[in-house]
Amino acid sequence: MPLKTEPITINVGPQHPSTHGVFRMRVTFDGEEVIDVEPIFGYLHRGSEKLAESRTYTQIVTLTDRMDYVASMTSNLSFILSVEKLSGIDPSPRGVWLRMIAAELQRIASHLVATGFFLQDLGTLGTPLIYMMRERETILELFERLCGARITNSYMRPGGVFMDAPDDFWPALDRFLADMPHRIDEYEDLISGNEIVAVRCDGVAVVDSQTLIDASITGPMLRASGIDWDLRNRQPYEYYDRVKFNRPLATASDNYARYIVRIHEMRESLGIIKQCLEQIEPGPVRPESVPFLIRPPAGDSYVGTESPKGELGFYLVSDGGVAPYRCKVRAPSLINLTLLREMLIGDKLADLFVTFGSIDINMGEVDR
Amino acid sequence: MPDPFDSILYQYVYCTLSSTDDVACVGSGLFGGGLLPGGLEWLAYVLTAVTIVAVLINAILGGVLMMIWGERRLLGRFQGRTGPNRWGPFGLLTPIADAVKTMFKEDVMPTVSDRLVFTAAPILMLFPALLIYAVLPFGAGTWLADINVALLFIIAIGGANVLAIVAAALGSGNRYAMFSAMRSVAMLISYEIPLVISLIGVLMLSGSLSLVAIVNAQTLPFFIVQPLGFFVFLVASMAELNRTPFDVAEAESEIVAGYMTDYSSMKFGLFFLSEFAATIATSGVITAVFLGGWHGFDPIPSQIWFIGKMVAVLAVIVWIRASWPRLRIDQIMNFAWKALFELTLINLVVSGILLLIWPSPSTTELWYMAGINWVVFLASIYIFGKVLGPKHDPVKAGNIQPDVTLSDSDAPALPTGGGD
Repeated sequence: MPLKTEPITINVGPQHPSTHGVFRMRVTFDGEEVIDVEPIFGYLHRGSEKLAESRTYTQIVTLTDRMDYVASMTSNLSFILSVEKLSGIDPSPRGVWLRMIAAELQRIASHLVATGFFLQDLGTLGTPLIYMMRERETILELFERLCGARITNSYMRPGGVFMDAPDDFWPALDRFLADMPHRIDEYEDLISGNEIVAVRCDGVAVVDSQTLIDASITGPMLRASGIDWDLRNRQPYEYYDRVKFNRPLATASDNYARYIVRIHEMRESLGIIKQCLEQIEPGPVRPESVPFLIRPPAGDSYVGTESPKGELGFYLVSDGGVAPYRCKVRAPSLINLTLLREMLIGDKLADLFVTFGSIDINMGEVDR
Repeated sequence: MPDPFDSILYQYVYCTLSSTDDVACVGSGLFGGGLLPGGLEWLAYVLTAVTIVAVLINAILGGVLMMIWGERRLLGRFQGRTGPNRWGPFGLLTPIADAVKTMFKEDVMPTVSDRLVFTAAPILMLFPALLIYAVLPFGAGTWLADINVALLFIIAIGGANVLAIVAAALGSGNRYAMFSAMRSVAMLISYEIPLVISLIGVLMLSGSLSLVAIVNAQTLPFFIVQPLGFFVFLVASMAELNRTPFDVAEAESEIVAGYMTDYSSMKFGLFFLSEFAATIATSGVITAVFLGGWHGFDPIPSQIWFIGKMVAVLAVIVWIRASWPRLRIDQIMNFAWKALFELTLINLVVSGILLLIWPSPSTTELWYMAGINWVVFLASIYIFGKVLGPKHDPVKAGNIQPDVTLSDSDAPALPTGGGD
């Protein structure tokens, strides 16, 4: 007579060491194997979209900081671009270059966090995470010089940025640019070739590119499946059409591919920053003509930008007032999560969190 | 039957207490000996054992505290931080603060728990870890008991902590704990087999199961003569200890804290304690069986040699813990049955053949054996690595595409979205 078995259901989260915030999954296991996953989110919902309706456009920038709090610069940028399109503001060149530098620095910082926590989920005892946090710290210090804040930057304003970079920012940035390639080499030496990382990640949670496209998944996750889709290249915003960069792709679409794409993207971001430094010129960081209280004409606007996690865009509807009539965020973290169930079913318990980590979500952005 | 007077430790304490006129006791012991009146030799006999056990257990606890400090400190260095350095010189007193804090924590017991089993589990966990110390020879003549089946005793005792893990899991009624228990039972049972077989090569060389005899047989440390056995024993011990990369039973990022999830206060402290005690004990076994035990060169006392070697083994274990991710449970099982088990069999056959050639090897002959064994070791590790290792070619697996360079007109066609 066969042994009677029954599936176990566990509520993973909202308090769990590896759910990257307050995310909850109701997972059903058959032994170690995952047979069903029900993602439940909303524990960090703060109503940012509704709050935005009662604030001026400059004030909303602070709300965007708190959406993706490990990549607030790119959130700022996405929102500001939408506002500029809505109100027809022409940004000043120096401001645009500074915004690009900040955004690419933020992309590196975000990828560092993503990779570090991904390895933490793989079971390392924090060593890679702490190495990566060390480099992120350098970036946060650069931000501190740039705008006085480390996490919630609120650096960008319609028309540019709120202040020019101080003189001591540039040498510090040069030091970072000189140092970082060696750090990335170090990660590659320690992690990319590690056998345990390879056996744990190769061929796990494979999703084919068609499914990813159908689920409108973007960012490193999509590029890891071989689709060359990077909005910086497809719909160049800012001055991304004036810089050259490679788009690292992988076709395997497994956890390893998602990891390695992020590592390579960090190198490309460094290249972009270098090109920005070559092309940036002195001048005002924000045109004088932009009023402090913006009243865009009635209408709507959407600008898709490539945030570290995927396509981030703010859909703004204006009724001509000082606050948007409606502000809808296309949050890559939330949309990239939609395939979680498909990716996890059939895998082992141990791969649950590795896959979850490889998606790279931020609960602040998922729940908003 | 081994004579208790083999142990100078035993002899010293016994002679201090007892007023026996045994020749071994003449001029030995503290205060000239004979603290107890004559006729109470039996009491001295018992008190000696109690004294040594008390000293040993306190030494173990002290060792555990030192190891907690050492591990945190080392991990800090590996991770580019300082580690604990606030209380005491180099932060040496930090573990004491930790221990005090742990003791004063609220002892939470889940309502669904089975109170008896829940409470018994940490104690069950501690016993096997402490019992191993009974047979460890810490130096020339410094041991509690030299039993003739010491190695067998260690193996038998070492497997007993599964019971505690299962008890903890069942007692706490937690599902993460259940996962942890199932994993550790599967893993510990599998790894027990290579662990035992890897020791057989050593037994054939030393001809005894007594740790003292094994240490005495090591004119050449056995990790040189038996590299394959050493390797397998080290790896299997890491699995038995639930240390990285085999720490699936308490995988923090997966099942919170495994069987310890619902434990708090000193019950948790006992788990922690026994885990570290077991780690130190295992490194002691590795030292005695493979690293030549207390042997060293002269001005340094043998006890220091033994402890030094133990610390070296512990440092390696911490180093591995700091560097590697965790394996998945099915990969761990594959590794035990497809790699370690076969490696131990190879070791067994090769050692047997070598012993047929040199039945009672002298040191020179041990060197010959070592040479052959190292060739076998490296060759079989290489072959097993090729056959079982990850076939990881990032480019071939499509993990790295040749860089796509941006040019203005080049935007490759996207696959069209499926219309469903």
